[in-house]
Amino acid sequence: MNILVNGRTLDFPNEKATIAELLESYQIQKKIAVVEHNKQIVKKTDYEHTKLADGDHVEIVHFVGGG
Amino acid sequence: MTERYSRQERFTPIGPGGQAQLANKHVFIVGAGALGCANAEMLTRAGVGKITIIDRDYIEWSNLGRQQLYTENDAASLKTKASAAEQRLRAMNSEIKVQGIAQEFEAETAEALVDGADFLIDGTDNFQTRFVINDVAAKIKVPWVYGGCLKSYGIVLPIVPGTTPCLHCLIDHLPQEGSTCDTVGIIGPAVQMTAAYQSAECLKFLTGHSMTVEMVYADVWGREYSSINISGLLNPECPSCSRDAVFPYLKKEKGLKTAMLCGRNTVQVRPDQLSTLSLSDLSSHLENVTDRMKENAELLMFHVEDVRFVVFKDGRTLIHGTENVEEAKKLYQKYIGA
Ligand SMILES: [Zn+2]
Repeated sequence: MNILVNGRTLDFPNEKATIAELLESYQIQKKIAVVEHNKQIVKKTDYEHTKLADGDHVEIVHFVGGG
Repeated sequence: MTERYSRQERFTPIGPGGQAQLANKHVFIVGAGALGCANAEMLTRAGVGKITIIDRDYIEWSNLGRQQLYTENDAASLKTKASAAEQRLRAMNSEIKVQGIAQEFEAETAEALVDGADFLIDGTDNFQTRFVINDVAAKIKVPWVYGGCLKSYGIVLPIVPGTTPCLHCLIDHLPQEGSTCDTVGIIGPAVQMTAAYQSAECLKFLTGHSMTVEMVYADVWGREYSSINISGLLNPECPSCSRDAVFPYLKKEKGLKTAMLCGRNTVQVRPDQLSTLSLSDLSSHLENVTDRMKENAELLMFHVEDVRFVVFKDGRTLIHGTENVEEAKKLYQKYIGA
């Protein structure tokens, strides 16, 4: 399925993917991530069971320590 | 001398009124590394009346690639970042007050250090210090702006304590990152872009505008951009910014814990809350800095800078070859990230 991640189309192979799996594919730890799914902020506790569907818009911003 | 700021004054949102406001403000910059240098130069040239910049380190050759206030001479003479930055900033603008402080920004002294500041800038390279900034900013009710960068991207978030979500509202425990600028690298353009967003928010606040409540992410190499409005994530029970705040990072209830292992020339470093660290991700990042590395299901061992790290998968780390706790903390932040 195709999802729009940070404005870019991503062809995600897993049809039943969750937000948690998407973060994993980017190697982003969930505790430092802020995720917006179709314009709604997703609570960290909901990452595991929030399913993605074709055409969804996802924004991911994650904290980093460097500087 | 008003000629100096004429272009900035012609920018309508600032104008001569905003410029006059800047002259009466005090910005405190924590960290004089890449982000600290870039922010300090912009704000010095912009005419912020007083700038204080604090850093615990001295200048090394590996800093010159992106820490814009320093020269080869500074690195050769092992100058502290604080004194070199002070000198350079004063040479850029003699109309303002600049002070460099060669100290660690830590829980015990933070509040006294930032006394009188109107705004704090995050120029650090680790979460431990950022959480101290977050707590002290909330305690004295002064806004600050988080900035972080890695590889070719950066993240920026302005924080008005009690009004917009703070760092603690968004991250409940000191994270162990597993990748740092020292292991996976950083490019100058990412630093400049991140600092530009930070300084712009600072200038907004100091000239009476409200800052954005969006957390921004931008990748200057991959040309990716994202921005999320996080106003809904303010935690009314936040231990750092709510009405009942206890400032756990100022009290050292939270943060990096260190212990000297007597007689073993070893320091143990661990975050306040242990959690699973991906040793395989960590080892892939460390391949850039060491070729002496061993890994099993429980731990990862590697040699770097004359010390030997043993990292357990819960994040607890032994650093063999030093008895200096501060040094060990620095090494942990450099290679594991926290
Ligand atoms: Zn908070």
